[in-house]
Amino acid sequence: MSHPVSQSADKVIDHFTLFRQPEYQDLFERKKKEFEYGHSDEEVARVSEWTKSEEYKAKNFAREAIVINPTKACQPIGAMFAAQGFEGTLPFVHGSQGCVAYYRTHLTRHFKEPNSAVSSSMTEDAAVFGGLNNMIDGLANAYSLYKPKMIAVLTTCMAEVIGDDLQGFIQNAKNKESVPADFPVPFAHTPAFVGSHIVGYDNMIKGILTHFWGTSENFDTPKNETINLIPGFDGYAVGNNRELKRIAGLFGIDMTILSDVSDNFDTPADGEYRMYDGGTTLEATKAAVHAKATISMQEYNTPQTLQFIKEKGQDVAKFNYPLGVAATDELLLKLSELSGKAVPAELKLERGRLVDAIADSHTHLHGKRFAVYGDPDFCLGMSKFLMELGAEPVHILSTSGSKKWEKQVQKTLDASPFGKSGKAYGGKDLWHLRSLIFTDKVDYIIGNSYGKYLERDTKVPLIRLTYPIFDRHHHHRYPTWGYQGALNVLVRILDRIFEDMDATTNEVGKTDYSFDLVR
Amino acid sequence: MSLSVNEGVDVKGLVDQVLEAYPEKSRKRRAKHINVLEAEAKDCGVKSNIKSIPGVMTIRGCAYAGSKGVVWGPIKDMIHISHGPVGCGYYSWSGRRNYYVGDTGVDSWGTMHFTTDFQEKDIVFGGDKKLHQAIAEINDLFPLVNGISIQSECPIGLIGDDIEAVARAKAEELGKPVVPVRCEGFRGVSQSLGHHIANDVIRDWIFEKTEPKEGFVSTPYDVTIIGDYNIGGDAWASRILLEEIGLRVIAQWSGDGTLAELENTPKAKVNLIHCYRSMNYIARHMEEKFGIPWMEYNFFGPSQIAESLRKIAALFDDTIKENAEKVIAKYQPMVDAVIAKYKPRLEGKKVMIYVGGLRPRHVVDAYHDLGMEIVGTGYEFAHNDDYQRTQHYVKEGTLIYDDVTAFELEKFVEAMRPDLVASGIKEKYVFQKMGLPFRQMHSWDYSGPYHGYDGFAIFARDMDLAINNPVWGIMKAPF
Repeated sequence: MSHPVSQSADKVIDHFTLFRQPEYQDLFERKKKEFEYGHSDEEVARVSEWTKSEEYKAKNFAREAIVINPTKACQPIGAMFAAQGFEGTLPFVHGSQGCVAYYRTHLTRHFKEPNSAVSSSMTEDAAVFGGLNNMIDGLANAYSLYKPKMIAVLTTCMAEVIGDDLQGFIQNAKNKESVPADFPVPFAHTPAFVGSHIVGYDNMIKGILTHFWGTSENFDTPKNETINLIPGFDGYAVGNNRELKRIAGLFGIDMTILSDVSDNFDTPADGEYRMYDGGTTLEATKAAVHAKATISMQEYNTPQTLQFIKEKGQDVAKFNYPLGVAATDELLLKLSELSGKAVPAELKLERGRLVDAIADSHTHLHGKRFAVYGDPDFCLGMSKFLMELGAEPVHILSTSGSKKWEKQVQKTLDASPFGKSGKAYGGKDLWHLRSLIFTDKVDYIIGNSYGKYLERDTKVPLIRLTYPIFDRHHHHRYPTWGYQGALNVLVRILDRIFEDMDATTNEVGKTDYSFDLVR
Repeated sequence: MSLSVNEGVDVKGLVDQVLEAYPEKSRKRRAKHINVLEAEAKDCGVKSNIKSIPGVMTIRGCAYAGSKGVVWGPIKDMIHISHGPVGCGYYSWSGRRNYYVGDTGVDSWGTMHFTTDFQEKDIVFGGDKKLHQAIAEINDLFPLVNGISIQSECPIGLIGDDIEAVARAKAEELGKPVVPVRCEGFRGVSQSLGHHIANDVIRDWIFEKTEPKEGFVSTPYDVTIIGDYNIGGDAWASRILLEEIGLRVIAQWSGDGTLAELENTPKAKVNLIHCYRSMNYIARHMEEKFGIPWMEYNFFGPSQIAESLRKIAALFDDTIKENAEKVIAKYQPMVDAVIAKYKPRLEGKKVMIYVGGLRPRHVVDAYHDLGMEIVGTGYEFAHNDDYQRTQHYVKEGTLIYDDVTAFELEKFVEAMRPDLVASGIKEKYVFQKMGLPFRQMHSWDYSGPYHGYDGFAIFARDMDLAINNPVWGIMKAPF
């Protein structure tokens, strides 16, 4: 089996090119034919076609037990994300240690940033006797090594199944002087078998606020002029939180973002590694109880937290990942109403520029059909923006979506003529979406990196606009919220549309006529 | 090159200083895992395969990661169910670059995520019924699936589910292997027990219950590749060399592997093992049960590749031995050109390694081939026999760290300032921000393959592009 050496020092070829060389193509063929004992090409082709059919779709939608390619993670990663938005905070995950390696890896792959969190590393003996000693030693080690200002404790499903009591354990550890008695150790139980990462986010924010604000009904809470804002679990948090702060600055509003990861997840490369950076200060978190109101940017990330805040006498307002002109209008009007300040002239100008951009590009967007998937709030915000552009959200899918969410999406669709062909799919996954796209085709998919397999199967171009984005770099550094953010989203969508136009019209002698220089 | 490293550096003093930060109890425990290699020492002098200390940011994973993520996940024509809550399967979905060729979703499922997505009621009432139904649905929707594995997540072992009973019933019903894996994440101290459990399941649920394929004709030259997960195509870049010297690779474990390849493995004349840590168990079993010898080899870097090819060929007849020499000679000009190009750019550069399985030792000579020095190395989940195998690769004075914590690694690197850190994604950005070139040595930093002669050229290029990129020179603002 002699063949020439394809590899060369002059031009090193890696997996992109190496395996397309004849010697490797032959190797693949030989392996398949002689050793894999797979199914015939005809049979594979037949089944492949069948998976695209209405019949298959019906079978696929009849599924009750197996979930395939869901759009949700488990509670702890959401709780960890929430905790990491507070100054000097180290998440401490009580339970099995592998979970923490997974959460850190997932967040790191998206943000291209270090991600710090520790585990109490419970093993079989702790499963039998409980993890109290792991908590006692773990808090002491974490406190000594990593010098946090706060340790936020959350749980893996292992600790939840055996029923470890965080409040008691933390008190116990404090009694044993693992950390000083007055050192803040808020906590949240975050069972992976309830809800998803967005529920974990809610639990942790509530846990931290509970710690600082107290649980007493009669807590003395005189109000001041500040406004709290809770962003929710957001892959674009770096760009978005900074944009929100800019907007608040223009208004002259004293705004406290409760959990602000924007600096922690975007530290500079200047020779120094910052394990913690930025975040909501503990002082501000404590003082936030006195704010006159709290805004949640993602309703489904904060139901319990908002209820808790309401009980503290604050006004609360909720949004669903506001994207686009009208959604930003609503946000700004709410900020104006709550603060008593007029919307700044500069933002009005930005609005005009965004509308101008939409007007310039509307011809390429009008009537285009989209599938949208992701977290419940993102789906709502994205669908609304698409309809504003004259585009049509068709399949709107969220594995974390509830019946209530489905109704809310339907209501949003009903409010626009561009929502006619849209339908919400709560609790469904990306394998369902595959069937939907094959049987009721769309022009584009909006989602995350996992959608690249859908794109490959269905040949429908994917636009990555929500967490996680592993295979494209730095988009999270740009906002999607506010008028500026909407402009970014618009450009991302348009770029993909134009790239797709060029890619499907670039055959010389065949599609020369549509390969336009000016679009 | 000198016979020792870190000369004139007080590495022992550094270790003591770093350990100072721990509370006393933990300091004592951690001290046993760190050592500076002495001349003539019998082993690396570190304790290993011991529980991580709570609260320290270990880099380790869990048994589920070792089974689903490493051993079973790459078997492409089976569907692997992440049985339990949604997270484990979600985080490990397509995370490892174990390449395969197949029609994903139709006859292969490697980059898909299947989960029983446990809810509270499943924890309370048990999940066996759901598992039954999940397997039936999978077989219905994916009729070409050749087998199904059940990868247990933490709750399964805690709530007393009988996944073995489900597996037996469904296997009989479907006429396909259904294998239950008790790889709950709380078992053991790291990924390592997951590898072992996964190996044992192959023994008990594949070898014991299936037969080699009918009509499979053996030859005297049949070998297997065991413990190569085909990261970036590594197993292919290895397979091509074995085929070139006249051997027939009848199975790949488990990168780009299939159920049939597992089943046919007992027909091999010799099992060739790359990642000893994760698959020595099954090799030992086959030696005992079927009398198949096994041999470790190392396909990183031309020195080790040539040595390994000769060692492998020595197990066969003269034709194979001659072929091995021909193959080594054939690639030599390319290898020489690669070294001529990259060695001057890399010579004398210091590297600190921290990864898993076999790489903390196996890649050492590939670096040496390029004139680079290893000043520190360590394993996430090694056992004592790994450290015994490490010592002849590294030099006197090398800092050895077992299950290093993020804190220790940061402090060691900060003080020793190597020219390159070779570790994982969780470590990558820490060191890049410190201004240090970095390569992920689990995923090949999205490059690869690194195995074989073809891979060595890529390895050399990648080390050069990391170390000699201009970005490291612009970190400091001029104001």
